[in-house]
Amino acid sequence: MPAALTVAGLTKRYGATEALRGVDLTVGEGELVGLLGPNGAGKSTLVKIACGLVRPTGGTAEVCGAPAGSAAARRALGYLAELFRFPGWATADELLALHQRLAGSGGGAGERAELLDLVGLAEARERRIETMSKGMQQRLGIAQALVGEPALLLLDEPTSALDPAGRRTVRGLLVELRRRGVAVLLNTHLLSEVEQVCDRVAIIDRGLVVAAGAPADLARPRGVEVETASGVRVFQAASRDDVPAIVERLVHAGERVYEVRLVRSTLEDAYLAAVDAPAEPPEAPAERRAGAA
Amino acid sequence: MSDVLVVAGHALRESLRRRVFAVVVCLTLAFGALYAWGASELFQDVPNFGPNEFGLDARVLAGATILGLAMFGTLFLGVVLAVFLTLGAVRGDAERGLLQPLIVRPLGRRQYLAGRFLAAATVSGAYVLVVYAGAVIVTGAIGDWWPASPVGAGVRLAAAVVVVAALALLGSIFLSANANGIAVLMVFGAGLLAGLLGSIGEALSSETLQRLANTASWLLPFEALYRDALRVLVAEIPGVTGAIVQLGPLGGSHDAGPLFYPYAVAYLAAVAAVAAFAFGRSDL
Repeated sequence: MPAALTVAGLTKRYGATEALRGVDLTVGEGELVGLLGPNGAGKSTLVKIACGLVRPTGGTAEVCGAPAGSAAARRALGYLAELFRFPGWATADELLALHQRLAGSGGGAGERAELLDLVGLAEARERRIETMSKGMQQRLGIAQALVGEPALLLLDEPTSALDPAGRRTVRGLLVELRRRGVAVLLNTHLLSEVEQVCDRVAIIDRGLVVAAGAPADLARPRGVEVETASGVRVFQAASRDDVPAIVERLVHAGERVYEVRLVRSTLEDAYLAAVDAPAEPPEAPAERRAGAA
Repeated sequence: MSDVLVVAGHALRESLRRRVFAVVVCLTLAFGALYAWGASELFQDVPNFGPNEFGLDARVLAGATILGLAMFGTLFLGVVLAVFLTLGAVRGDAERGLLQPLIVRPLGRRQYLAGRFLAAATVSGAYVLVVYAGAVIVTGAIGDWWPASPVGAGVRLAAAVVVVAALALLGSIFLSANANGIAVLMVFGAGLLAGLLGSIGEALSSETLQRLANTASWLLPFEALYRDALRVLVAEIPGVTGAIVQLGPLGGSHDAGPLFYPYAVAYLAAVAAVAAFAFGRSDL
């Protein structure tokens, strides 16, 4: 069974600008992969090449074993663009019916009702799109992308216009899709979203994948914090195995120990390190005392 | 083929729901009413022209002239309709984010273009035929003058609008909606102007002006189709009257010749091929 998406040595040049400089990426069947990166890193270009909207300059992209852009590849995917618009005169049901005809889906009214229910728009079936809020249109966009039961879903900033409740709905939906075996490539700036739902993360910067792996693997151990009567002591190089010795030494030195915490870097730290972004200014020294194991 | 029909149906439904057709029908009825009024006034004056020594048939002259004017008006309205149905079909819709959700479907880009062309050509062509038929009937009913070959002229007029629709669709691949609309209407105007210069060239026996008009006819076949429609309309009018009405209003009649129709079909095929090639290579 081929992977849902396989990208190898992908390059894209717009005139003098190199949007992609040799990207390798795989999204397995039923896998949920987050695509992170600063603005202009090449994320949307990668997604557009995968769905056949943009022609690559070099390299290959395959969707379920078919060359990206071919009819077979497009039959296997669903796509929600970052900047999309649906015809305002159409109702939600009419839009899905149009996409059913174009996708060759025989799901009929049952599929349309199920998809609208899945994105929380069951009551808006006959509502014209121009009367919907941006958030509702974005959820309708996800329903549209799911028409025809695609094996791969390409979502470009699918939650950018959603309120927290809408985002939670979409997160739940992504988990449900993974349960059904749908592979998802999620292009987003929301690291918390990626951390919560994605199996793997690929960080792109200046047209290259600069880091990739499971969110937990990218977030590395960053020492041990011990809360004592005299303040918080940080042991940066320490690991979980060092905790008994640290506590014993502190108690032996007359410290009263209230709490011990293993510190892990967040995905945000990993992201910022990967894209060489300027780090946050350090916290005030008075609040922290550095120590060594 | 089914994908082409789905896209064409979608485009037509959009025009219907956005009340484009309602506006077109209302304005066309107003045009028809004004035309009927003008024809009525004109034909009331025809008996006052009186006998003349050159054998001029005033009723035929009035009928052919006013119907020729109606043909120009019909062509213009049909072109406006064709342009507005296609001006933003590719780049305009892509810039608005309407195109991408459709194009990522198994539907091919060629089918999308074919669907949009089918919708625009069918609507604008049918519109021209209906309005032209109305003008013929009004002219005949009021003035008792009927052209000898009304069908041939109407078909040529509709074909001219279809060519403009194809050019507008091609332009939509390269230009944004506003720029494309302006460009196509200016090209249309330039074509008609070239035809008018050709008529003047024929009257003055100016080879330069005639060569200019002929070149424009081959480059922009809608112009030649329009002038050939005028020719068919008045071809069988004999004598002095026939000679005068052949100069005609706004361009004058002109025989496109037997090679022109295969050329017009090949021209449409070439436009379709260029459009398919360019759209197939464009990044959205």
